[in-house]
Amino acid sequence: MDLLANLALGFGVAFSLENLAYCFAGVALGTLIGVLPGVGPLVTIAMLFPITFHLPAVPAIIMLAGIFYGAQYGGSTTSILVNLPGETASAVTCIDGYQMARRGRAGPALATAALASFFAGCVGTLLIALAGPTLGEWALNFGAAEYTSLMLMALVASAVMTQGDSAKGLAMVVLGLLVGVVGVDVNSGMSRYSFGIPELVDGIGFTVVAVGLFAVAEIVVNLESREPREVYTGKVTGLMPTAQDIRDAAWPTVRGTAMGACFGVLPGTGPALSSFATYMLEKKLARDPSRFGSGAIEGVAAPEAANNAAAQTAFIPMLTLGIPASATMAVMLAALTLQGIAAGPQVMLEKPDLFWGLIASMWIGNCLLVVLNLPLVGIWVRLLTVPYRWLFPSIILFCCIGNYSVSNNPFDVYLCAIIGVLGYVLVKLECEPAPLLLGYVLGPLLEENLRRALLIARGDPTVFFTRPLSLVFMIATLLILVIMVAPAARRNRQPK
Amino acid sequence: MKPDLRNNRDFIAGLLFIVLGALAAFLARNYPFGSTMRMGPGYFPTVLGVILLLFGVYVLARGLRSGDKVKGEWGWKPLALIAASIVLFGVLLDRAGMVPAAVVTLVVAAAAGRDFRFKEVLLLAVVMTTFSVVVFSYGLKLPYPLLGSY
Repeated sequence: MDLLANLALGFGVAFSLENLAYCFAGVALGTLIGVLPGVGPLVTIAMLFPITFHLPAVPAIIMLAGIFYGAQYGGSTTSILVNLPGETASAVTCIDGYQMARRGRAGPALATAALASFFAGCVGTLLIALAGPTLGEWALNFGAAEYTSLMLMALVASAVMTQGDSAKGLAMVVLGLLVGVVGVDVNSGMSRYSFGIPELVDGIGFTVVAVGLFAVAEIVVNLESREPREVYTGKVTGLMPTAQDIRDAAWPTVRGTAMGACFGVLPGTGPALSSFATYMLEKKLARDPSRFGSGAIEGVAAPEAANNAAAQTAFIPMLTLGIPASATMAVMLAALTLQGIAAGPQVMLEKPDLFWGLIASMWIGNCLLVVLNLPLVGIWVRLLTVPYRWLFPSIILFCCIGNYSVSNNPFDVYLCAIIGVLGYVLVKLECEPAPLLLGYVLGPLLEENLRRALLIARGDPTVFFTRPLSLVFMIATLLILVIMVAPAARRNRQPK
Repeated sequence: MKPDLRNNRDFIAGLLFIVLGALAAFLARNYPFGSTMRMGPGYFPTVLGVILLLFGVYVLARGLRSGDKVKGEWGWKPLALIAASIVLFGVLLDRAGMVPAAVVTLVVAAAAGRDFRFKEVLLLAVVMTTFSVVVFSYGLKLPYPLLGSY
């Protein structure tokens, strides 16, 4: 079977000593930084992204993927022990996970989270291996028109489905597209929005935008809030869940995995929505829903499985179509692009070692997570007590060094400060930065495909509605808009 | 009752989008627009600028109606200090070298926190600067002078 041969190739790549070392380094670094309170996966990736910049393509992407799930997992540790989610995806885990910790059951909560994540990770990886090639083959038939409408769908979905309101989300996408315009126009060679500054002719660097929007803005937001944190300082004892725990957690894990796997593929929804949705589902299915919120193990297992499954399947559209479904996947896409690889259906054919090596390394990474997390939990617990006033100056320093090292130019560092200020203002105005990042990453691709599609169609814009696949994407885009915007509009019309 | 616009969340957001959208469309006026069939470099940014402006108008109007306020205080002081620490890093790395740049960045950034303890910050600066020199200069071999300019 093809799949087996491909997986064998993948494991061959991933098990090389070098790649194994990068995978391990990624997972370890990701967990280490992700577990620090107030540092979410996006900040972690944005900060560590420049390190991978100097590596060859395969180890670079393997390491980044490792950082990603390491950080994601580190986030659940903080949720359980500190009641402080690194990102929205693990916010649900706080509810019951932290309660379990307060009742002295931090150990089983952590173990359940790790094992549920591991299970979901395995299933997710398998799904990528199964669905990837099929989807990729299908996508090979896509023309410029299909790509344009697909990107439009992804952008609209990401804007509308993130928390906050849709109008601002859409505006942020447009703003991101405009940021992506900066630099030389590939078709005409004209430089746009560069104000005669030579550094801007190449466009605004990805690290600059990601670090500015997420790391800098988030740090300032954290500094201004005054709520004291209650840190769980007790010892974590009795790691292993009881037989009853395992019985309670088994089905929720499976259901969470299924739900997360579906949500992960959808643009804009990703891990966050899937963990909320599964938590709600488990609460509905539970014989005694009142236990939820006071330390129900299902409330840890299901959302953790869901967000990990979603985190894995989110790779599917990114790897096979070149369309990132979330801000983190946008980082991955940017990493591939910087390595000179155009993500899309061709990657699988032209770079099978990269594609299958990454998939195999995901599975290895998930194993490493369990190995790294359960026995070493004592170290992570101690890291949680590091005060934020030591952390944030260090994060700023690393971001500066990282930014500088990408281009060896102080201009990028200045630009990062400017984008950080803009990012902070936008966050205060409750405009989600994630759609902006997606717009920025997809902008040049969207413009390119839009131009090509209309050139082929001789300027006839109906081309997006006459080609069947493109029509499907357009209808889906409209549906997303109608479903998400209509209730909000109705609510607005009613007098308050 | 006169509505307070200065802290009206959506009013400010809308205004920001309008300004940025208008600016984008205005700056793109010099780029050849082309036609729908053969788009010039000005087509895409102009259209985007106008769309952003329209979203801005909508958000602004909604802000006027709902009057929702910005949550919490604006943290201008930490924002300014963090931004300054980043800019200083860029300025100093070229002219004074990695060690002074790292120390200044750490101290200025730390000043953005609520709880600035001088001795602790000095210790942090020493530890983190050593750490970055070891990792970035010796480990990753980034070619920056530790002290002094290029």
